[in-house]
Amino acid sequence: MSFLELKNITKRYGPLTAVGDVSLSVEKGEFVSLLGPSGCGKTTTLQMIAGFVEPSVGTIRLDGRDITRAKANSRGLGIVFQSYALFPHMTVFDNVSFGLEMQRVPKGERKPRVEEALSLVHLSPYAKRYPRELSGGQRQRVALARALVIRPPVLLLDEPLSNLDAKLREAMQFELREIQRKVGTTTVMVTHDQAEAFSISDRVVVMEAGRITQIDQPYRIYEHPETEFISRFVGKTNLLPGKVVTATGAGATVSLAGISVPVETAGLSVGETVTLCIRPEKLHLTAPAGGLLTGRVADRFFLGSQWLYHIDGPLGTLMVVTPNDGSTPAEQGAPVGLDWSPSVVRVHRGAMAEAPDVALEVTG
Amino acid sequence: MSASLPDTAPASPGEETPVRRFPTAPLFLSGPAALLFAALVLTPLFLTALLSFNQFDYATGRTGGFTLEHYLAVVTDEYYLEIFLRTFRISALATAICVVIGVPEAYILSRMTNPWRSIFLLVILAPLLVSVVVRAFGWSMLLGPEGPVNGALIALGIGRMKLLYSEGTVVVALVHVMLPFMVIPVWTSLQKLDPAVEQAALSFGASRATAIVRVVAPQILPGILSGSLIVFGLSASAFAIPGLLGGRRLKMVATVVYDQYLSDLNWPMGAAVAVILLAANLIIMLTYHRMVEGHYRRRLG
Repeated sequence: MSFLELKNITKRYGPLTAVGDVSLSVEKGEFVSLLGPSGCGKTTTLQMIAGFVEPSVGTIRLDGRDITRAKANSRGLGIVFQSYALFPHMTVFDNVSFGLEMQRVPKGERKPRVEEALSLVHLSPYAKRYPRELSGGQRQRVALARALVIRPPVLLLDEPLSNLDAKLREAMQFELREIQRKVGTTTVMVTHDQAEAFSISDRVVVMEAGRITQIDQPYRIYEHPETEFISRFVGKTNLLPGKVVTATGAGATVSLAGISVPVETAGLSVGETVTLCIRPEKLHLTAPAGGLLTGRVADRFFLGSQWLYHIDGPLGTLMVVTPNDGSTPAEQGAPVGLDWSPSVVRVHRGAMAEAPDVALEVTG
Repeated sequence: MSASLPDTAPASPGEETPVRRFPTAPLFLSGPAALLFAALVLTPLFLTALLSFNQFDYATGRTGGFTLEHYLAVVTDEYYLEIFLRTFRISALATAICVVIGVPEAYILSRMTNPWRSIFLLVILAPLLVSVVVRAFGWSMLLGPEGPVNGALIALGIGRMKLLYSEGTVVVALVHVMLPFMVIPVWTSLQKLDPAVEQAALSFGASRATAIVRVVAPQILPGILSGSLIVFGLSASAFAIPGLLGGRRLKMVATVVYDQYLSDLNWPMGAAVAVILLAANLIIMLTYHRMVEGHYRRRLG
């Protein structure tokens, strides 16, 4: 039996279903992220685990105990809020000590535990400061120390890094993971940032419109997105509509606007409408005649470690990402060829849906 | 303001870069209000202060010259001392009761969802639309010898009680009139509170009561402080309520000033009492402010 188990959790607000039939098992010591666009129900799910929202249907079990209807203040979970929710009228030390005080930990034992928690987040010199005298990143650490000091069975993180600037966010990602590894606390994080979810989670739960659409390891979600929505939401992708022209036991050939390309997906039937997903970094630029397709560089963007090309060709505009290996990049307007290996092509059955807005928000 | 303001906190309007091109602009912009304040508040106050040093001739009613006798009379006369003490006792009591009723009221109000919140906010504010005099007469009808309260007491077999013209009645009526002035500032500071802070306290195992006492209350202290100052100041200088519900014998400072001006026609004496009330009020409020606010300035900013 899993350590934290959500079974058929549903939350309805009147006619609106915020979370529908969510089931999730988290193992002890695991770091799981709930990933999805805003309004997908991930925060509501976290609030139900925390006990601030009561599920309409379903059960939540923690270490075998049913906590579905337990009050928030009896669950003993450590929570880091998006706004940090530090107590502004207390010093950093008192903020961290508050949870221990509520658990009636003897005074003599509190001090070393608070000091230990503060040193874990490298804030020992700031114990006497008030939250308003700290920077955003430091407040974040106080919130983390405050949640960890009570040695909670589960740590809940609600968009913990979204209020930090990009550089600090990246640094904190790694630090968060390092701290979580060190203390070994089972952690559930809510985020809308896929880079954040991928870099620090053991498993990622993708949520869409109140439902879980995929639970897997980060790289598997990236490489094998189960739905077209996920392939769009998670990273950049090229979506190519086509029709199956030949099918064998081991693969098939798909016609994309008259161009035949091989795929390795079995079980397709001839004449079926499919959508091919190819990640931009899986495409290679070749000499004009050397690839499966030919095209012309419509635009190119320098991203530092990579080049992002927009290639106009017979299939519309395709995105291509190549590593910046120091060589001269293809010029704008230059004819190029595009090549890829059949093994990188993911096939979704059915026609392409209208491009959702989320595709625009997402960064690579 | 400390220099380590976070970039996440919204900058308050006062902290924006000052416009350097028009160094006189602040003067011009604050000029009209300053003039109005000087003409309508400072001038009458100054004239009242001047008047309080004038001699008064009972025979002719003329004033003039310079004397400290009115101040001496007020300070040495136990009659005035008792009135001042009564005024501050009643005001302090009314303020304390306003805190006890108004703070939970504001908290409950802040936790309501619309449309109830708007409705109850209106209910709290609506009495302000009715004149204080009318509300005072309302109380005197309610509590009068033939009023419904005494009617109920008689029906219950307790018998008729003298309710009007007592300190208790004045306090009750003051609380009734002043309550909105306590609820509004407290409610405003509750609005600024991050709801997650209370959730955080709960998540660390605090009971709801502990969360309110340890986490919510200290953060709305500035609101309670300003509410108390408003209620105390208005109560100490209240005129209509003690005038109508305190009767002729239970005098407060404002009614004494009125009597001096209009019954005894001793304007300098009335002015002296008014100036002493102002000074005493200022001293009490500043001390209170210093005590409470100073304690929390560094923490809450």
